[in-house]
Amino acid sequence: MKHCRKVERSIQEVVSVYKQIHSLPQPTLLRDQHYQYLKKGLRHLSDAYECLDASRPWLCYWILHSLELLEEPVPTAIASDVCKFLAQCQSPTGGFAGGPCQAAHLAPTYAAVNALCIIGTQEAYNIIDREKLLSFLFSVKQPDGSFVMHIGGEVDVRSTYCAASVASLTNIMTPTLFQDTPTWIVSCQNWEGGLGGVPGLEAHGGYTFCGMAALVILGKEHMLDLKSLLRWVASRQMRYEGGFQGRCNKLVDGCYSFWQAGLLPLLHRALFKGGDSTLSLQKWMFEQQALQEYILLCCQNPAGGLLDKPGKSRDFYHTCYCLSGLSVAQHFGNMDLHHELIVGREENRLAPSHPVYNICPEKVAQAIQHFHQLPVPVPAQKEVSSACNTTADHS
Amino acid sequence: MTECQALKKLHMYPQNCRMRGGARKGSKKSPKLIMKTRSVICFTVTDVYDYFRALLKNDEKSDRAFTLTAEAIELNAANYTVWHYRRVLLQALEKDLREEMRYITAIIEDQPKNYQVWHHRRMVVEWLNDPSEELEFIAEILSQDAKNYHAWQHRQWVLKEYKLWDSELEYVEQLLEEDVRNNSAWNQRHYVISHTTGYSDPSILNREVQYSLKQIKKAPHNESVWNYLKGILQDRGLSSHPGLLEQILELKETHCSPYLLGFLVDIYEDSLENTSGDQVEVLSKALELCELLAQERDTIRREYWSYVGRSLQTKYCSGDPSTTSSAPETDRGSASVSVHQETTCNS
Repeated sequence: MKHCRKVERSIQEVVSVYKQIHSLPQPTLLRDQHYQYLKKGLRHLSDAYECLDASRPWLCYWILHSLELLEEPVPTAIASDVCKFLAQCQSPTGGFAGGPCQAAHLAPTYAAVNALCIIGTQEAYNIIDREKLLSFLFSVKQPDGSFVMHIGGEVDVRSTYCAASVASLTNIMTPTLFQDTPTWIVSCQNWEGGLGGVPGLEAHGGYTFCGMAALVILGKEHMLDLKSLLRWVASRQMRYEGGFQGRCNKLVDGCYSFWQAGLLPLLHRALFKGGDSTLSLQKWMFEQQALQEYILLCCQNPAGGLLDKPGKSRDFYHTCYCLSGLSVAQHFGNMDLHHELIVGREENRLAPSHPVYNICPEKVAQAIQHFHQLPVPVPAQKEVSSACNTTADHS
Repeated sequence: MTECQALKKLHMYPQNCRMRGGARKGSKKSPKLIMKTRSVICFTVTDVYDYFRALLKNDEKSDRAFTLTAEAIELNAANYTVWHYRRVLLQALEKDLREEMRYITAIIEDQPKNYQVWHHRRMVVEWLNDPSEELEFIAEILSQDAKNYHAWQHRQWVLKEYKLWDSELEYVEQLLEEDVRNNSAWNQRHYVISHTTGYSDPSILNREVQYSLKQIKKAPHNESVWNYLKGILQDRGLSSHPGLLEQILELKETHCSPYLLGFLVDIYEDSLENTSGDQVEVLSKALELCELLAQERDTIRREYWSYVGRSLQTKYCSGDPSTTSSAPETDRGSASVSVHQETTCNS
């Protein structure tokens, strides 16, 4: 740990002790409660989760990522069981499905690969059939550069992020795989400055994150109008609540703590790469303290788990993204710089998360290091020449 | 039940079947009769999925398989594998697509925030090549939730695919009448105009500017309309629209908001970028506004407005007279396309 960070943290501790002595209300992250909620969820889910029966790798990712943010280790036996389960979700034709014996889909594929990278063992990495995964990605690629979410499924910008994320982590990117994809993503940026799900739609935090992160992976983030995007996302922070809304004139929601606030590290890096010398060296371009306060004071269930807003019920999706947003708000980093701003006690500190993949940076580095030792699979000739497929339903 | 067992059971029953009863969620534990046709008996939720997987594996294309997809969908409408198989069966069995439209209509009414149901409807509409019910149906869904993202996505597809633009602007105006803060409606306004007349025609652009200013006067703290105004003018240059700055400065006295102030910053920034001559005054005003927004009027965006101020300062070099003379002359008529020129700055 660098000396300056140690000093910062000791100062933080002094300040928070001072506040405790002087009885100022201290928002507290309910670590133990969240841990119990997550630990239980990994093994057993109530009937209420039947609606997510086609999203089970998501549950693995949301829970594992939440645990890694809380810096709670996953017992080896459980990690191995998760690996075996995800192996059952892998489709014989490549990619991962929402559950065993279901069809492959880009969203659970993204989640499964992330979950396996969080586990980070050889067993986990070896689950992924890279050749078949590449085939799957080609099979959902469209002539206009977009991707459908699954064979016979819908197109929207989420698919490009899911595809770019797994392809880059597992080192299966080929020259044609993402042909025309950046242009398509850019066409999703609208008059508001944010991105919609497909060209023409209203700017929306979830889709904007997916589009921007995908372009960052593909090295094409400068194709966007970054200034407009920055104005749009900065305007999504609610002046009273402190949290973020997903779209203009809609309500705050804890999950946008990640989808929206998470755009600012990406924009910061993009602007810096573009030669901007006026960027802050300490803070993201949103009110970090206010976001942390919103999450800690309004988004925690006292029995564990996090949520959208007061009055809503907890779930693992919100737990993951509220914690991810809390981490973004706590950690500023730009190349070698790291500056922390922890609201409340030092114990509220979460691990930093990688702004593109939303798993811990060490896990990203480790996965990339592992998979880059392996050769990029050679796609079948017909995959390369067409680099596309029709959207028509076929069995 | 294993796949093997399910296959065996299926083999024993005849192919034709009729629906009786419905599946119930959460009934994994207690074996209740939740679906009985002449060829398939499902006592539990697990049974439904076990049978489904067996049918899928066998690639069975039968009526009982079709019936089973409805059961599985009722248990979890997000099961995209089941929806895909249902579509395969719709085609293989040459099912009545009108009936399917009735089916999907009911499902969407019940679960309007699900990806699969809207995609399924789109496929059926495409196969029928009949969008005649769509605009009315989507309007009905939007009447329950005027911002349903899936509904808007489907609507935009229908409009574009079947060129049904005629009444859409009227529909948008009706929605804005009901709620001028409906950002989805403002987006739709932009969508319709972009795909019909476009914004190049000055009379159209002016109509939209006037419409926006009217809405601003009615509800000054509505961010959507300010974003719309900027959105339609930014490509042509905010500072080049005749009389706009004056109108905004006038509004500032009676209808001020952080959005108005931000809009002024945008006008001044555009002016700095695209106008020749002495811009020291303009820069100074822009910086003053950024400071005002950061410190007082829009403090939640303090970091952002400070950055904007710093950027403007660095780019237009406040207090360095030598740079303004090095900026190339750009001639800006109201209809000309702007030519972006970087000013160099010795700082």
